[in-house]
Amino acid sequence: MDEPAAETALPSNAGFARRSLYILSANPVSFVALGGFGLIVLAAVFGPWLAPYDPLLTDAAIALQAPTAAHWFGTDQLGRDVFSRVLVATRLDLTISVLAVALSFVVGAGIGTMAGYYGGRADRIASRVVDTIMAFPLFVLAMGIVAAMGNSVENIIYATAIINVPFYARVARAEANIRRNAGFVQAAKLSGNSGMRIVGMHLFPNALPPMAVQASLNLGWAILNAAGLSFIGLGVKPPTPEWGIMVAEGANFIVSGEWWLALFPGGALMITVFTFNLMGDALRDIVDPRKRT
Amino acid sequence: MGGFVRGRMIARRIIQALPVLFGVVLVTFLLTRALPGDPAAYFAGPAADAKSIAQIRESLGLDRPLPEQFWLYLKDLATGDLGVSISTGQPVMAELARRLPASLELTLGALLISLAIAVPMGVLAATRPGRPIDHFCRILATAGVSLPTFFTGLALLFIFYYLLGWAPAPIGRLDFAYLPPDPVTGFYVIDALLAGDTETAVAAFSQLILPMATLALFTLAPITRMTRGAMLQALGSDFIRTAKAAGLSRRKIIGRYAFQNAMLPVVTTLGMVFSFTLGANVLVEKVFAWPGIGSFAVEALVVSDYAAVQGFVLSMALLFVCLNLAIDILYTLIDPRVSIDG
Repeated sequence: MDEPAAETALPSNAGFARRSLYILSANPVSFVALGGFGLIVLAAVFGPWLAPYDPLLTDAAIALQAPTAAHWFGTDQLGRDVFSRVLVATRLDLTISVLAVALSFVVGAGIGTMAGYYGGRADRIASRVVDTIMAFPLFVLAMGIVAAMGNSVENIIYATAIINVPFYARVARAEANIRRNAGFVQAAKLSGNSGMRIVGMHLFPNALPPMAVQASLNLGWAILNAAGLSFIGLGVKPPTPEWGIMVAEGANFIVSGEWWLALFPGGALMITVFTFNLMGDALRDIVDPRKRT
Repeated sequence: MGGFVRGRMIARRIIQALPVLFGVVLVTFLLTRALPGDPAAYFAGPAADAKSIAQIRESLGLDRPLPEQFWLYLKDLATGDLGVSISTGQPVMAELARRLPASLELTLGALLISLAIAVPMGVLAATRPGRPIDHFCRILATAGVSLPTFFTGLALLFIFYYLLGWAPAPIGRLDFAYLPPDPVTGFYVIDALLAGDTETAVAAFSQLILPMATLALFTLAPITRMTRGAMLQALGSDFIRTAKAAGLSRRKIIGRYAFQNAMLPVVTTLGMVFSFTLGANVLVEKVFAWPGIGSFAVEALVVSDYAAVQGFVLSMALLFVCLNLAIDILYTLIDPRVSIDG
């Protein structure tokens, strides 16, 4: 409820970019999130070149050292540089979650728009499938899927994608359903467009904005989920640097006071998810002002 | 009238849950049969020879067509047979039943704490928009959902066990110095209290407090956010304006009219919160070496003990379906509109 009066003062013919900027400026946190997002993407792209040490290089002589000027985040039980490992891990963690979200976006959009447009039996089958997925505690289902399909990074991506499909399918279905008899759809039908073409060219683009919001809100959760799976020993194998597995390895040293092993990868994970969630909120403010909190 | 309508609605909810139940069992069955390569080899474990694999294949009915296998699977389920865990040599059902109280004690305790904090906080925030408590709630809602549970658990452990020494070591449900109380409910704290043994109850509770706080922190954010949103919506609606115009006290408007209506969407979201909690439970159990079904599943995953993992997935899903059903029934019971319509 940020000053609704000021919002109406903005001329309705203002451009999309100006309008977005205007909405974002009401909430300066969005810019912080945007900056953080830029840094995370930079770390993901250039991480391996920026890292001061080889993330896999072991050196028993300097094992378990607290943070120093030479090793900003300290060293782990094998003498590897924690800072380099946290930095290099960014790419893998982002890749897993972005691929998973993209996959569930595409599949969910397809299933949802078709179910919403065609209705009837297709709709009933799709809804049943979605309901069945949602009937599982999602993280537990992901565990079961990875266990069944095999313990690999690829399958972590598939499992994360499957448990996210329902959210996209529901949004897409609702958006397609309210427009299935709209004027422009009937016009398209009368001018001889096929059902698939209407779904793809007319209904899907309309469902895009709310689905984009869903995706950005979903991204943080996908990272948490993938990191959680590798925390319990699924997917990524040591010594690959990945945040979840680094926290898992560091967990054994927490009770003896070596906090830096788990804190830095865990902190990186937390900040990344937080940044993505803030971005999602900002995007939602732009797309759907009614849902502002 | 209202009672009759409610009874019929509850019956309908139970019937609606049946296809979902069937779907859950079917998916779990397909997962067990989708194992790459030879499922029999997976179920027999890495140490099995050709003969025991053949034996497993026959006992699982893997040489028969899929629908028939599903029928056999259903028959096994009906008798509570989930197969044998390779890592412990015990029936999976017995293992799960033995560990379930530990998980439930943790999960339900955490949810109770979280509800007790989150609901009043959401109401306070909604009735004081723009004030510090409101801002605090908004920050908490975004920050809270960004917390990796396994990481908050470790952070709490480091602060309260290593630095401050207030919490006991994370070695499970009870320190070795104490004997577990006679099982009545399976919840150590309650059982010890029932037996009149306050010392053991305190010891069990002190083991419980950190994992419980970790899970509660995790569920706090979504419940607060939902309560705040629902309260705001209820307070902005016409019947509240009417109640205000009729001169009802603020206390009555917020406490009775707005709150009762705001609780409906909150109860609905509880289902989603449960889903996340049961997942987070697995991670928290691993962090605190909590001997529940979550850590059982994690151990089973590491040694590729598939019967145990699938049994775990199925039992969690069944638990979740039952919880959702309970929520639906609760919803029907507290929905003030039902009695009006009836």
